[in-house]
Amino acid sequence: MNEKTYRFHFYQNKKIYFTISIVLLVVGILASIVVGPKLDIQFAGGSMILYSVDGGQVDASGVESAVTEAVGRDCEVSISQDITTGGEQVTVSFSGNQAMTPEEQTHVTETLQSTYSDLTFELLSSSSVEASMGARFFQKCLVCFVITAVFLLLYITLRFRKIGGLSAGVTAVIALMHDVLIAFCVFVVCGLDIDDVFIAVILTILGYSLNATIVVYDRVRENRRKLGPKVGYDEILNLSLNQTLGRTVLTSLCTFLSLVVVLIVALIFNIETVVSFALPMMAGVAAGCFSSQCIAPNLFCLWQIHKRNKLDAARRKA
Amino acid sequence: MKRVKKPVFFVVLLLIVALVYTSFFGVYGQNGDFKETYIKGAGDIRWGIDIRGGVEATFSPADGVEATTEQLNAAKEIIETRMVSNSITDYEIYTDPTNNRIIVRFPWRSDEENFDPEEAINELAATAQLTFREGKEYESTEYGEDGNIVYRTPSGTTAENVILEGSDVVSATPAMTQDESTGEYQYVVSLQLSEEGKEKFAEATERLVGQTISIWMDDVMISYPTVNEAITNGECSITGDFTSEEATQLANQIQAGALPFALQVSSFSSMPPTLGTQALNAMMLAGIIAFVVISVLMIGIFRLPGVVAVISLAGQVGLCIAAISGYFPFINSYTTTLPGLAGIVLSIGMGVDANVISASRIREELRNGKTLDGALKLGFSESFWAIFDGNITTLIVAVMLMGVFGPSNILSIIFGESTTGAIFSFGFTLLVGIIGNFIMGMTATRLMTLSLAGFKGLHKKWLFGGARGDE
Repeated sequence: MNEKTYRFHFYQNKKIYFTISIVLLVVGILASIVVGPKLDIQFAGGSMILYSVDGGQVDASGVESAVTEAVGRDCEVSISQDITTGGEQVTVSFSGNQAMTPEEQTHVTETLQSTYSDLTFELLSSSSVEASMGARFFQKCLVCFVITAVFLLLYITLRFRKIGGLSAGVTAVIALMHDVLIAFCVFVVCGLDIDDVFIAVILTILGYSLNATIVVYDRVRENRRKLGPKVGYDEILNLSLNQTLGRTVLTSLCTFLSLVVVLIVALIFNIETVVSFALPMMAGVAAGCFSSQCIAPNLFCLWQIHKRNKLDAARRKA
Repeated sequence: MKRVKKPVFFVVLLLIVALVYTSFFGVYGQNGDFKETYIKGAGDIRWGIDIRGGVEATFSPADGVEATTEQLNAAKEIIETRMVSNSITDYEIYTDPTNNRIIVRFPWRSDEENFDPEEAINELAATAQLTFREGKEYESTEYGEDGNIVYRTPSGTTAENVILEGSDVVSATPAMTQDESTGEYQYVVSLQLSEEGKEKFAEATERLVGQTISIWMDDVMISYPTVNEAITNGECSITGDFTSEEATQLANQIQAGALPFALQVSSFSSMPPTLGTQALNAMMLAGIIAFVVISVLMIGIFRLPGVVAVISLAGQVGLCIAAISGYFPFINSYTTTLPGLAGIVLSIGMGVDANVISASRIREELRNGKTLDGALKLGFSESFWAIFDGNITTLIVAVMLMGVFGPSNILSIIFGESTTGAIFSFGFTLLVGIIGNFIMGMTATRLMTLSLAGFKGLHKKWLFGGARGDE
């Protein structure tokens, strides 16, 4: 293959990629603001009880008034269908971020049972978190995120010092934030709760998309070594990106397909935790594929060319 | 290039097949009536409460009291004693002094038809009833988990005659004293009583010299010392053949009865087991389908290296299962939660990456006109650092997740101990996936590919991704 003819002119098309990213981010963030992020009770505090109902239908407003009267706190009731058994499920969530006591929970169960005496309510799951504890957990997640990002930046800067480590590190982290933001928007727009699964997703995307970016930078490092300092960065970049394109797409495709399978199975069996894991993860993988191939290397290249121009200008002056 | 001998492929293949088989099915023997486990299989995996159902509760001192570490440990002791006396043995319990709380997780009991999580939690949090009673009469005995006899429910005089209650004890601490006659050191529990307790205890010990005073937590007898002499100054020590741990435990138990605060449930959640098993089977199914999809894709695109990739991927799955089931005696088997399983499915995807990078590099070199041997050599050597760097960065993420969300470690100083087992489990399976990547995706793939290339019939460029009809 002639090394001068590429299938894709990544560097020349950089403006298109940047535009796509910016539009996606702006739309995503606007949509997130409109929908509004929903903090799970794990972070915000609050309480929720899930029952399965046997033997007939219940109405949400009836349950709501019965529970409100019994416990003396406002609550929200939603009724859903359990796909596997066909039965009904009732979710009672108390408004506000107060935790409930086990006594209150027992009280709710008894009230429902006596209000609808011909039905059986079975407690499926419940959770209750105090607001301050949720806040502390959220803090912990944020700190974890920041420390991890710093470690990653350090590692990349060190490993790629031959091709301007800091610029490689910073652009890689910018690409990461891009992917993380997109995954966040998907979370919010799909109405998924921000909970510990969200943190797991964000951190996986962080490592995963970084992996792809690093494969690209590794190729740039190799080509720089082989072609010598005379060849311009834009050319090295185009060459490297065309060489890594196959790998980036294929690996992303494999991961994406695994996630599709997981998502479908989780949807069929109605496993909420896994759905809220797989869906944003898929968006993150797609975004990661795009950003590590089109965003990070182009930013990196701009930085390097800018640096070279400044050096040249300084040299001319002298 | 260093040649890899032909039989190497079969040796690696055999090792992987053996690993996969044993990690899934385990190795068991029959010893009389007992089933003996030599190697743990997938059936021995300890699933988290989100899979097999169970209860998670967080207790903290009521009314915003800031408890000391000793007080929290004492409170933990109460909860542990109660769980054992309720025959809940497979529990996890952590104290978290930084955040002033205690976290408990325990699974649904399989024999329990109408398990009532609210009642169980309330029972654990109830204020401990510590009593010092005359004599040591009891109604029943049973064997505890550790094989020791548990004496339950006071009866007769012991039931009637309560000498001291928890509020009469000011403190109970483990201590070490030197025996005056033999000069040996021994561990004791030293007690300090309140003014009121001092009088009651003085009266009782004067009357009961040479007899027994038993100490009870709720309705379980935790100690039954003999009164050596009348104790009138409100300070005494319980001696016995204590080890350091036993003395500490007893002191904690007594101290627990004298806690200046009640425990309140600050958060709790319960999950039914049915939801969990279903979810588990579903995730297994998802794993199998995902594996088949990837296999078809890899073999279709890379031909022979694709086949090798599938074998080494299978090995990686085997390693992951082995790491969570306690297959290797030197690796602790952690509780595995649903996100943990998702981590395994994800690590299959990541494992593919290592294979994709080297296989596509080999193909690229072939299409650049290299000989097969040259392409193989370059393919593996040039792709090494890309795979290495990518994996190290993911390793950083996995280790951070385990460190921040795991049980006690260096980072706990900043973050406090475990809050969610789910994230820890995810970090752990991710970590195992990366280690598997180094063993399987890098080493095993390379050995198998180079060994296969040594076979005359397989030494063809198109089998490794070169253009068809090329040589």
